[in-house]
Amino acid sequence: MGLFDLSLRHKLPLWGGLLIVVTALAITGSNLVLTRESIKKNMLVRSEILGRSLSRTLYSAISQDDVWRAYEIINFPISAEARHPSFQLEDMIVLDAKNRVFISTQPKRYPLQRDLASLGSEFSSLKARLEQNDGRMLVQESGRILLAIPLVAEGMNLGTLVLLHPGDYYQTSFDRVLKRNTWTTLVVLLILLPLTWLWGRRMASPLLQLTERMAELGQRLPAPLPERVYPHGDELGRLFQVYEQMRHELSDKEALERQIVKSDRLAALGRLTASMAHEINNPLGGLLTAVDTLKRHSRLDPIQAKVLPLLERGLAQIQDIVATLLVEAKAKSRNLTHQDVEDVHTLLAQEAKKRGVDWKWHNDLADTIVLPATLVRQVLINLVLNAVQAAGEQGRVSAHITTSGDNLLIDVGNDGSGITPELMEHLFEPFTGLNEEGQGLGLWITYQIVQQLHGHIEVDSLDDWTRFVVTLPTGAPE
Amino acid sequence: MQANRPGQYLLVLLGLALFLCGNPAWAVQPLRIGLTPTFLNERHALIADWRVYLESKLGRPVAFVLKDSYEETMELLHQRQIQVAWLCDCPHVTANPEFRLLATPLFQGRPYYRSYVIVPEHDKGTRGLLDLKDKVFAYSDPYSNAGFMNPRYALKKRGIDPDTFFRRTFFTHSHRKAIEAVAVGVADAASVSSYIWETLDRQGPALTGRTRIAARSEEYGFPPLVAYHTLPAREFDALQQALLTMTADPLGREVLERMNLDGFARPRPEIYRPVGEMVRFMERK
Repeated sequence: MGLFDLSLRHKLPLWGGLLIVVTALAITGSNLVLTRESIKKNMLVRSEILGRSLSRTLYSAISQDDVWRAYEIINFPISAEARHPSFQLEDMIVLDAKNRVFISTQPKRYPLQRDLASLGSEFSSLKARLEQNDGRMLVQESGRILLAIPLVAEGMNLGTLVLLHPGDYYQTSFDRVLKRNTWTTLVVLLILLPLTWLWGRRMASPLLQLTERMAELGQRLPAPLPERVYPHGDELGRLFQVYEQMRHELSDKEALERQIVKSDRLAALGRLTASMAHEINNPLGGLLTAVDTLKRHSRLDPIQAKVLPLLERGLAQIQDIVATLLVEAKAKSRNLTHQDVEDVHTLLAQEAKKRGVDWKWHNDLADTIVLPATLVRQVLINLVLNAVQAAGEQGRVSAHITTSGDNLLIDVGNDGSGITPELMEHLFEPFTGLNEEGQGLGLWITYQIVQQLHGHIEVDSLDDWTRFVVTLPTGAPE
Repeated sequence: MQANRPGQYLLVLLGLALFLCGNPAWAVQPLRIGLTPTFLNERHALIADWRVYLESKLGRPVAFVLKDSYEETMELLHQRQIQVAWLCDCPHVTANPEFRLLATPLFQGRPYYRSYVIVPEHDKGTRGLLDLKDKVFAYSDPYSNAGFMNPRYALKKRGIDPDTFFRRTFFTHSHRKAIEAVAVGVADAASVSSYIWETLDRQGPALTGRTRIAARSEEYGFPPLVAYHTLPAREFDALQQALLTMTADPLGREVLERMNLDGFARPRPEIYRPVGEMVRFMERK
């Protein structure tokens, strides 16, 4: 794994930190280079100013041959410099007109009256330059830095003041600046680096979460991102918004697919049931006719007389079940009226009262609705009975029958124990009982009727309220 | 700076004197005394205390006039800018009919001092002036015996020309500065007053510790305080009395202790005669 394949968690802080360090070093470096130059220049200027201010009084001391006064004049700045080193003035030498030492701050090293050339190579070259000089200041850099200021008044050259600095005489000041700059840079880095690290983590963390979730996409619907993981409006924020949007759409799509699968299954089941019922109905009719013929036209021995009614009852039960399974909407029926609904109310009131159910009924229908009365009543009865049974003793049940636009709405609810998710999956399939009573065909029939009337049915079972809502389009059904 | 200082003090003292003149309580002319580097004339606190002592004894203001140069101080006397001065022991002073010897300080119990030839502490070889040929030599003042005349006399007595014996000579105008010149190495040797050297040494070896006494001269009469002949006898006597009785006064004793002197004695002119002979010898070609 290469450097560029590192996790953003490391890469962002690393790159950020590297950028900051490089920037800090570049700024500090260029600053130092400039400072070094200006310090050097400044010090030469200060040295010259000192030399020139001393030269006036030195001129008078030399002209009066006053060695001691000259010594006092040059010694004062030297001892001040020793106490507070600022520009590394090492020594001063006053030369007379013949370039001999008149006085110096180091009389042992530069003895009085000694010829300048005999003091060392740097001084002999300085002497050579002084002899050709025409009264201007000389700067000689050869190891040490020598500043030679002529002591000239009214055109008379009485001698020269030589200021001696170590070759790196600006180094001390530079080191001080270097030290200060280094500390400043370190402090800035100490503040900026953790900030960058935090920023990198802050940027990388939501991206990592997003990446982990995106990786799950093929296998399952990924979990939603934590609330306010990145609540900003930049591109990254947009990315998270889009992700959430995509996740919602995927989730809706999955729910829709589940719904379609369920509907398909129910539809296939309906077709299967219907064709089976038809297939069974035909021989069943024959069988029942045969039993009837036997009963009517033959003399039966005692065993036959005992078995035949048994057979007849069994076949009749099969016929009932098949008839129930075979919901026929095509049967001609009159239109639904307000009274039809009230009849159901009356019919079921007894049952509700028996169970002690708290009962709310709201019938909001106009007089006539173009829907087959029998089927709608069947749906209403099934739903309300189910609700009453589910509510149990002292439960609450409500039924609202209203119209909304071109739709009839039947909303039936109860406060029973609700429908488990497992049961919900197979809710409208035949023989899936909500309770022990009955054959589990009530909802199947309801579903078939609603399908055939081109309506739809919705169930939601929340914590303490289970609702079935049937929507049926009014108008003439096929 | 250094050169201006005595002038500044003169101005301050003059100002003070003028102020005092305008004050009725001191409606007397102050007695003005000139001090030279014979004495450590930069010890201002000591000088102030001495002034307090003298004023209390004389009952009149006293002003000290500090000069680095003997010649200038002598000129002030002649111009009657000052009435009294502490100068050198040279015959211009001690044998001058215009000056009256006022008092001779007692150094180490006696009215004498010497001239020391000093060299840097690290110079172990020099035993006397004759070892200093072609060296840099620091004098104090051309009117000073110990700091100028004495070493030149010693050389000339041996038939040596003091003007060419040394490679370079210069004046520091003060014994203390001459000691400093040797200590810091500007001069290879100097001739200074034993009184100044010993007094500085007693204060602390910071300066004298860097020098070594290579030779001591014979004794000479300690430079006296002299009064100009116009000073009224009454005032002369009062001042002489005040000086001679310093040991009897607590403040006087304290001042003397700090001066490193044991008192003042009535001067005996004969102790200054050897210097006179010396000068005459030097004036001979």
